[in-house]
Amino acid sequence: MIKLLEQAKFLLHITSSHHIVRRYFVVNGFDGALTMLGLIIGFLLSSSTDLSVIVNACLGAAIALGMSGVSSAYVSESAERQHELGKLEEAMISDLQSSAHGQAARSVPLLIALVNGLSPLIISLLIISPLLISHAGLSLPVSPLYSAIFIALILVFLLGVFLGRIAGVSWLRSGIQTLLIAMITIVLIYLFTG
Amino acid sequence: MVSVTRMVLDVLKPHQPNALDFSQAIAEVDSDYYVHLTVLEVDESTETVEIVLEAKNIDFDAVQLAISDMGGSVHSIDEVEVHNDSDIR
Repeated sequence: MIKLLEQAKFLLHITSSHHIVRRYFVVNGFDGALTMLGLIIGFLLSSSTDLSVIVNACLGAAIALGMSGVSSAYVSESAERQHELGKLEEAMISDLQSSAHGQAARSVPLLIALVNGLSPLIISLLIISPLLISHAGLSLPVSPLYSAIFIALILVFLLGVFLGRIAGVSWLRSGIQTLLIAMITIVLIYLFTG
Repeated sequence: MVSVTRMVLDVLKPHQPNALDFSQAIAEVDSDYYVHLTVLEVDESTETVEIVLEAKNIDFDAVQLAISDMGGSVHSIDEVEVHNDSDIR
């Protein structure tokens, strides 16, 4: 497992793909968080809806976000990596398919696709976890919809903190910025659906 | 037994892996390998490097494999030192 991780790190290093993975993680994670937040606020504003309907709708959206993330990133990254490999082969005047570069052209798109798909899926599942718990029959001290909104806001804030740390700026400021975006989203939903 | 103890190779490699990772991968071929790498020329996506290898017995095929695994290719063998151990007797 450690060897596999080291190999993945090496392949990301030689293709300079660290920043791409990080960007996809944040961008699609943010997508997942805001989509779930939007859905939950929408259900909150609707006349009382059965919990199983909410759970199914949110789960469906989470799975679709995951699948969309995996497939779109794989197709685009695969084409990009093959193009880069072709350019390098031209410069080297040799076939690099069996080299680390060839391996990277095959494995890095898969890795990026997994991050791009799992990021919104995991974040969405975390957000809807109170709904799943409540749906399973366990009682929560706070309404599951409000708990889900609270988790979504925390995760959006944490994504901002992560971005702040990467940029080397104030993590608090960056966290508040992303939180503000989530708040504006909530206000917009209230304005247009209320 | 004839052993190759020193080689100077002219190698074309991509920018990545960098000189450090590249020479480390070659040094990992065997425990007593000494590798000295000098970057001679840098182009848009490749660089020409000179690699000086020293060991008790250099396995050139293994070295060449390590270089090609990293995406590089040996252009020429510029210097070689070969010892025949049986001469000592």
